[in-house]
Amino acid sequence: MSGHDHDGDGVSRRKVLECMTWAGTGVLWTVTGGVPRSLGIIDSAQAATAAAPGMSFLQISDSHVGFDKPANPNALGTLEEAVGKINAMPAKPSFMIHTGDITHLSKAAEFDNAERIISQSKLDVHYVPGEHDFLDEEVKFYRERYGRGTKGQGWYSFDAGGVHFIGLVNVVDLKAGGLGNLGAEQLAWLQDDLRGKSKSTPIVLFAHIPLWTVYPEWGWGTEDGGRALEQVKGFGSVTVLNGHIHQVMQKVEGNVTFHTARSTAFPQPAPGAAPSPGPMKVEDAKLRGMLGVASINFKQNEQRLAIIDTPLQG
Amino acid sequence: MKPLNRRDFGVDLGLALATAILLPATSARADDMEIHIDNFVFQPAELKIKAGTTVTWTNRDDIPHTVVSAGKFRSKTLDTDDKFSFTFTNAGDYKYFCSLHPHMTGMIKVE
Repeated sequence: MSGHDHDGDGVSRRKVLECMTWAGTGVLWTVTGGVPRSLGIIDSAQAATAAAPGMSFLQISDSHVGFDKPANPNALGTLEEAVGKINAMPAKPSFMIHTGDITHLSKAAEFDNAERIISQSKLDVHYVPGEHDFLDEEVKFYRERYGRGTKGQGWYSFDAGGVHFIGLVNVVDLKAGGLGNLGAEQLAWLQDDLRGKSKSTPIVLFAHIPLWTVYPEWGWGTEDGGRALEQVKGFGSVTVLNGHIHQVMQKVEGNVTFHTARSTAFPQPAPGAAPSPGPMKVEDAKLRGMLGVASINFKQNEQRLAIIDTPLQG
Repeated sequence: MKPLNRRDFGVDLGLALATAILLPATSARADDMEIHIDNFVFQPAELKIKAGTTVTWTNRDDIPHTVVSAGKFRSKTLDTDDKFSFTFTNAGDYKYFCSLHPHMTGMIKVE
């Protein structure tokens, strides 16, 4: 480790690698002085030797189990590949979050299949719902499986590795012409949840639809997301993890890092790059390069974080 | 945890749906109208019809959609090629949207 403290571009390579407890071949993002930098493709062997104490967790999103259209006729199969990728990681992550759209149509069999595959990771999974998970007539399948111990429509918080995690629901009670929605009840709960927390506590907010405005023309944003972000503004390290848009997107504003994960089911076009945000059909050979999972690592006493997006292939 | 049901989506099924079911199937067949959902857009986005007309929406996207007019009508989730019909008996402007993708909006003007 001591042999490569610096790589000549002003970023300590050793420090960066310490931020990771596992890595496949992926693009490593690190935040230094508030500026995100892509350090390019990293080699998995090199990364594996860099395991350092800290807490790492995974984000998986938009598995759309049940989807069988041309953009990916076997969404369950690619979910299984993603779980295989997770199981092959050199260091076991502490747990996993799933940022919604577990299923495509909220059918009981879809939830069952998703559970059967995801449980093969043998990790605790913390879910938040996507709009595709609330489609059954009585809106009960998601709640029965994942709603235990949650508030309101399914929001909750927990602590792990010194980090405070907050799972939010922004797919309910959407208004005509509007975007994702948190609602007054959830915002009041959030305020209460954060009360008394030390400002040095790293905060991770996760929800299905981006809490920041990515592209309102396609509904990619949350109407009252700004009101949630106001409440965490004073904290030294805030990470906002979302799904919904089926592609990696990252933005840093002050102490807040926003990041969206790939889907394990099908890609969607870049904002405005197609007539609609619907599933994007790509060549078969390219599909697995556009699906994947994300790994996030925190080190104690270090406010910077590393987010590694790993495609299923490439 | 507060029970989550369809009403939480801001829509009151109310009497309108019951009216739709009880309507005689004979009224104004010739005037029936079609709306397609393509690329997350209701086409046509605005439709002018006479009272008694039945409008049928067809989802032609690879993603499910809904057709919802608050307090007036609500479709089930429409998967690819699924249809939803509603017969408009009363004059008025009926704004509607997709409750999953609320940026999708449409309007039926009934004379």
